[in-house]
Amino acid sequence: MTIAINKRIYHGRKRANGVFLTLSTLAAGFGLVWLALILYSLFYNGFSGLSLKVFTEMTPPPGQDGGLANAIFGSVVMSLLAVFAGTPIGIMAGTYLAEYGRYSWLSDTVRFINDILLSAPSILIGLFIYVIVVATTHTFSGWAGAAALTVIVIPVVVRTTENMLLLVPNGLREAAAAMGAPRATVIQSVTWRAARAGMVTGVLLAIARISGETAPLLLTVLSNQFWSTHLGGPIASLPVMIFNFAMSPYEDWHKLAWAGALLITIAVLTLSIIARILESSRKN
Amino acid sequence: MDAVVTEKAKLSVKNLNFFYGSFQGLKNVSVPLYDRKVTAFIGPSGCGKSTLLRVLNRIYMLYPNQRAEGEVTLDGEDILHGKQDLNLLRARVGMVFQKPTPFPMTIYDNIAFGIKLYERLPRSELDGRVEDALQRAALWGEVKDKLKESGLSLSGGQQQRLCIARTVATRPEVILFDEPCSALDPISTAKIEELIDELVKDYTIVIVTHNMQQASRTSDYTAFMYLGELIEFGDTEKIFTAPTNKKTEQYITGRFG
Repeated sequence: MTIAINKRIYHGRKRANGVFLTLSTLAAGFGLVWLALILYSLFYNGFSGLSLKVFTEMTPPPGQDGGLANAIFGSVVMSLLAVFAGTPIGIMAGTYLAEYGRYSWLSDTVRFINDILLSAPSILIGLFIYVIVVATTHTFSGWAGAAALTVIVIPVVVRTTENMLLLVPNGLREAAAAMGAPRATVIQSVTWRAARAGMVTGVLLAIARISGETAPLLLTVLSNQFWSTHLGGPIASLPVMIFNFAMSPYEDWHKLAWAGALLITIAVLTLSIIARILESSRKN
Repeated sequence: MDAVVTEKAKLSVKNLNFFYGSFQGLKNVSVPLYDRKVTAFIGPSGCGKSTLLRVLNRIYMLYPNQRAEGEVTLDGEDILHGKQDLNLLRARVGMVFQKPTPFPMTIYDNIAFGIKLYERLPRSELDGRVEDALQRAALWGEVKDKLKESGLSLSGGQQQRLCIARTVATRPEVILFDEPCSALDPISTAKIEELIDELVKDYTIVIVTHNMQQASRTSDYTAFMYLGELIEFGDTEKIFTAPTNKKTEQYITGRFG
């Protein structure tokens, strides 16, 4: 027996499908065009400003030769400090949410506040650190910048840690507990291990997130034209340098700003790719 | 329930009630589990047989809204209340789950994990214990050349035997099997049943199963449960040939469930 097809309904659906397919393809294309244009101008201008000097010389006064060594150093140091401080806190808090406090009201509260922190404008975090660190110590400092970045790292790591631990099947926890393993051993030897790739991904994404942050650094470290390893005072950083140089009227400063932007983009891209690879290895 | 009085009960359950929040999963269940015998629990889905098993090692304590009332004794000692240390209890009462649950570590470490929890052994002795456990689970021949590979690389049936080896390695007194073969093919199932026949020489075994042939093949005693109640308990042979309760008879002849 053949099914009687109502031609009008069938063709109507086909048409509607065609219209929506066209619209969504156009929308996706529209977004991609701008991304491609941004990347094109970034790579075009960035590579023309890139040279060995960028890595070896300090930020120059207008009209002179120079590089970004001090800004690269400041960014790397502050990011590393933020990651080293924020990761343990984030992993511990995420572990509490997913393991110990899964059924407690405290977890709901912490999760809610963490979500707010996660979406808080970073300039507010900068202001917060300005008030409690910069204003009380009476100096802009690398430490204050690292503190601001830490506050950005923590909620990202909390979130991914909790999500990744929740993906670990309960059967695995039960099996480990049924061996007579105490809670801490179950978590350290079994659930953390099962979620490891995902948790590392979270940390990488947090690094990517902070590497371009400008506003919190403007309010906490300021900048520094010279080489400085003194974290108790202002030091240079890539985002703030880009901000300052791009706003200036000087052609050679613009070039350096492009080079700095390219460096950040390449760093973030690399981290994202590593995160992707880890993610797919977790699934296999 | 009167035919069996000469055996020594390793575990004894008396007037056990169990609650998932406000839902009562077990209703006034009393049953002895005899030393170095296999006791099978059968019954339709949701009858409470797994719930009962999860009380015996108190794994239900992982979930805050579940609670048990009544009396459960291990060698005459109360394990349901008071100062019973849960980890020590679980070291004595091991459990094998429905789905194989190898830990995300090497085959060797899967076995060593449980041993290291309670014993500090020199490497050579630990190696011996790992081999012994894998031998007992009839897995040694298949994995002896790849002890450093991930436990997750094994097939489903091998993973389940790895889980049994892991449980045996810690030398518990009782082993609980929660539908250990329901995710396995017939050949793996046969291997695990052989294993149970072997293990019962040294361990008290409790097995929950959907498969009545499996219960009749592997067990010395059988308990039939229905809607949270224990309907009938007795010699496996008697339960399967001359059950006294009408419901038991209907269930084992396949008329419901």
